[in-house]
Amino acid sequence: MSIGEFLDMGGHGFYIWSSYGIALILVLIETFLVGRRRSKAKKELEQMEAEFGRADNQGMNG
Amino acid sequence: MSATRRIPWMKYASASSFYPLANRLAPLFMGLAIVLAVVGLYMGFFVAPVDYQQGNSYRIMFLHVPAAWMSMFIYLLLAMYAIISLVWRVKMADIMAYSLAPTGAMFTFVALVTGALWGRPTWGTYWVWDARLTSELLLLFLYLGYMGLYSAIPDRQRASRAASFLAIVGVVNVPIIYFSVVWWNTLHQGASITFSGGTSMTSVMFTSLLLMTFACWAYTIAVVLRRAQAVILERKKVALWASQISKK
Repeated sequence: MSIGEFLDMGGHGFYIWSSYGIALILVLIETFLVGRRRSKAKKELEQMEAEFGRADNQGMNG
Repeated sequence: MSATRRIPWMKYASASSFYPLANRLAPLFMGLAIVLAVVGLYMGFFVAPVDYQQGNSYRIMFLHVPAAWMSMFIYLLLAMYAIISLVWRVKMADIMAYSLAPTGAMFTFVALVTGALWGRPTWGTYWVWDARLTSELLLLFLYLGYMGLYSAIPDRQRASRAASFLAIVGVVNVPIIYFSVVWWNTLHQGASITFSGGTSMTSVMFTSLLLMTFACWAYTIAVVLRRAQAVILERKKVALWASQISKK
């Protein structure tokens, strides 16, 4: 089976690859957004704690 | 003596013990998700044979079915956390419910889109207003409604209560989705895997499907743990800010 045949999927290539493509893109976007949200919150909290001169952030340094 | 001290397991419902645990588990489950998906897709595309009825289009199943299952499982989980949060006021339960919603909505959307893309070559149409498809679309609106309600109400406790209530009421939709193919005469095919009758699939197809389902679970655990961590930090920030304001 050639790569072209594989991608064509017996004429169903468009439906199959769109399905998997859309899901992959959404999963990557979600992972990126969640990671960014977490690191942003972490940075802001650390800044705030430095400003207020207290650190009750035990166990949350990861 | 406080309830937190009396019941040791309550300790694990607190943010400060959850956070470091999530730090260890999230990368583990993300790695697991990638490995499971790679093996599952390899089997699904290179080992599983062409379907004699549907040709290759059935390979969308390895994504569509796990996504649809996740959309329902996650909703049930969300509703369970919503009950715990409403009745016992466990903060971590509210954070978990809130953190599950976007991922549940994502899987619902994937189930709908891949269903449409599978429906076109199989049924000749992307969409039809039958019971299975319509109730799944309603599930998407329930997720969006929960998220929208939560963010629309400025007071967090009130927001949490209203959204939790909506989530709990919406649970009736889950059995409707699941049994819709039995209760109504739908275009959607019936379940290939049933609790009682086993499976009507070849074992390779079934294994790929199972691996993809576990991959989706592992991904969900990883991404929801991370989101819950972000929410904990955000709420800690608000609490810290509030305590500083009250000092002045």
